[in-house]
Amino acid sequence: MREVAIIAYAQTPLVRDCGAKNDVELVMEVVNAVKHQVGFTNQDLDFFCSGSCDYLGGSAFAFVNALDALGAVPPINESHVEMDAAWALYEAWLKIQTGHANTALVYGFGKCSQGDLPDVLTLQLDPYYTQPLWPDSISLAALQARALLDAGKITEEDMARVVQKSRRNAKSKPGTQLKGDYTIEQLLAEPKLVSPLRKHDCPPVTDGASAVILATREVAEKFHKRNAYITGIDHRIEAHQLGSRNLIDSMSTRIAGEAAGVAKGKVDIAELHTPFSYQELLVKQALGLGDDTVINASGGPLAGNIMMSAGLSNFGEVAMRIIKGEANRGVAHATSGPCLQQNLVAVLEGK
Amino acid sequence: MGNACAVVGIGQSERYKSKIKKSMAGLVREAAQNALNDAGCTWADIDAVIIGKAPDFFEGVVMPELYLADALGCVGKPMMRVHTAGSVGGSTAIVAASHIQSGVFKRVLTLSYEKQSESNAMWALSTRQPFSPHLNAGAGGFFAPIIREYKRRYQVPEDIGCKVALKDRTHALKNPHAHMHEEKDSLTLENYMDSMMLWDPIRYAEVCPSSDGACAMVLCNEDLAKKSPNKPAWVLGTAMKSEPTMYPWREEVNPQAGIDCAKEVYAQAGIINPRKDLDMAEVYVPFSWYEPMWLENLGFADVGEGWKLSESGATSLDQGGDIPWNVSGGVLSSNPIGASGMIRFAEAALQVRGMAGERQVPGCKKALGHAYGGGAQFFSMWVVGSEKR
Repeated sequence: MREVAIIAYAQTPLVRDCGAKNDVELVMEVVNAVKHQVGFTNQDLDFFCSGSCDYLGGSAFAFVNALDALGAVPPINESHVEMDAAWALYEAWLKIQTGHANTALVYGFGKCSQGDLPDVLTLQLDPYYTQPLWPDSISLAALQARALLDAGKITEEDMARVVQKSRRNAKSKPGTQLKGDYTIEQLLAEPKLVSPLRKHDCPPVTDGASAVILATREVAEKFHKRNAYITGIDHRIEAHQLGSRNLIDSMSTRIAGEAAGVAKGKVDIAELHTPFSYQELLVKQALGLGDDTVINASGGPLAGNIMMSAGLSNFGEVAMRIIKGEANRGVAHATSGPCLQQNLVAVLEGK
Repeated sequence: MGNACAVVGIGQSERYKSKIKKSMAGLVREAAQNALNDAGCTWADIDAVIIGKAPDFFEGVVMPELYLADALGCVGKPMMRVHTAGSVGGSTAIVAASHIQSGVFKRVLTLSYEKQSESNAMWALSTRQPFSPHLNAGAGGFFAPIIREYKRRYQVPEDIGCKVALKDRTHALKNPHAHMHEEKDSLTLENYMDSMMLWDPIRYAEVCPSSDGACAMVLCNEDLAKKSPNKPAWVLGTAMKSEPTMYPWREEVNPQAGIDCAKEVYAQAGIINPRKDLDMAEVYVPFSWYEPMWLENLGFADVGEGWKLSESGATSLDQGGDIPWNVSGGVLSSNPIGASGMIRFAEAALQVRGMAGERQVPGCKKALGHAYGGGAQFFSMWVVGSEKR
């Protein structure tokens, strides 16, 4: 395997509604920022890959216009996944492994304020058997949370503690959407939104974009003395039909975590893409992370959740802490689909 | 560069049609099972699944791969979803190939599909967007002015579009999977020239149909390819290029991204003179006029000379042409949009495997698969060969 490092990262502020800014303007901000961090032009980048979802903007080929943000003249080697951009990063990582590229720019974006997100996500479901019943993303998450509570795996206090920590951590990161100091009592006194979930157990609707630059060791060493290398990466999916799944486990996270080698060393930090509070507890367990791992120091998705880019952002958050020397080894995680159907896990190490 | 990658299994819908009476899951399962049968393997032998399709609006399901994971035997495995506009079928195959070339995977299933009968593609492509001019006429309305400019520049005769369409529809009669199987008697230049003008200069007869269908391939590394029951097709080169839809001085008739993409894939595959070094090509031609335009863009003819090659019968298998294009009938005869690119890639592979049945180009050793999308701005291409390079 070729050693691949993350050498640059940028994210827009996490806002509820970015107003008249369109996808191109969101993407341009982060693409220019990462290029600027390492002084790259398009000619220094061998491959470009992005993740987005047409339905968020309500137009076919949303990613086509985003290409304008790259200034792809002369033409570039480019690809796109209709997934969180963490999978675009995976595609770029494979491309580097083939030897066809030494550097890659990966970006993701989502302007979620343009529609009713839980309703849009309902259209992800089996169109014949599930979609007509119209269960939205929050109701499905509530089902999974209820299953975990009933099984005695978690308590409502556990969920509130995840929210409390997220809001507290988010205070130290500029641009986060929801932050502050709350007591567990305060949180538990809030009314239920969809039982057993309270509003604060759910991710905020966020507009934004993020980008990273990947590079092989030879290139990376020119920019940072200490780099964050991807030492393991894997992703798995599980059944779509919720009745076929064990909702109190995250089998796909566990397999991906084992394949990525999470347990091969101490994990200092982890950025988990767990949009609902209870999911952090589930993913933490599936990855075998202990209490000595600092989880979601950025505030995580409860502090701002850019659809199609939140998973990619986790790579950037972990990498930047490693580059700064705040951690040696970290885990970046991304999820997609109802109730954690699909999961991607990577281990990053400082060298 | 990278590890060797081979195509050892190809599966298609039994027949591309305007309405296939199957669920989306049934549609993809059929093509995938056919590919597994060809490769002599089972679902358990697949390490990962890479799926592609055109916009989710075409069926009204957001990220449908999540729902299709069950039908494609993905539980507990990696699954990826590629989306690069019309070129997606080709791009998906290329992403799948990089799974093998990277050495990370041994054997993967790749698949593309579209069920156009679930909606109306033209209107799905024409949703109104804030801050943008409204494109209200689908793909035909977008490409007509570009074709008109090609005709004007090189004084292309009026009947070239119909001649190419006739050629591909005649090819389609030899392909049992093809959507369009027209009566032989009705395949006349007179009939085609009489067909309705849709977007001047594009006539009804010169346009691809709306089809349902899926196409799948099993790709694997060299060790497994040698053990596979049928002859492998070796991937000799892959390339993808993109440029913006619009910018000043953009050459829309002969896009730079297409020229660059061809250059890159030829360099990898050792192709110096494409017309001579390749034995056939499956090229994305959704409007017949694009055959002469792509003949020039891909270096088979000099600029302004592509239409003469089409007119001469050089691209026709039936007329014994030296460089047959789209012997499957091409996109003009079957167009399940998201799958159309992969069908080009798969048909090229079938040819070099010598498994193309009645539509086999005799002695085919090297073939090009090509797809394009967006405003003729996204390109994906591969060259496959009967021998490993």
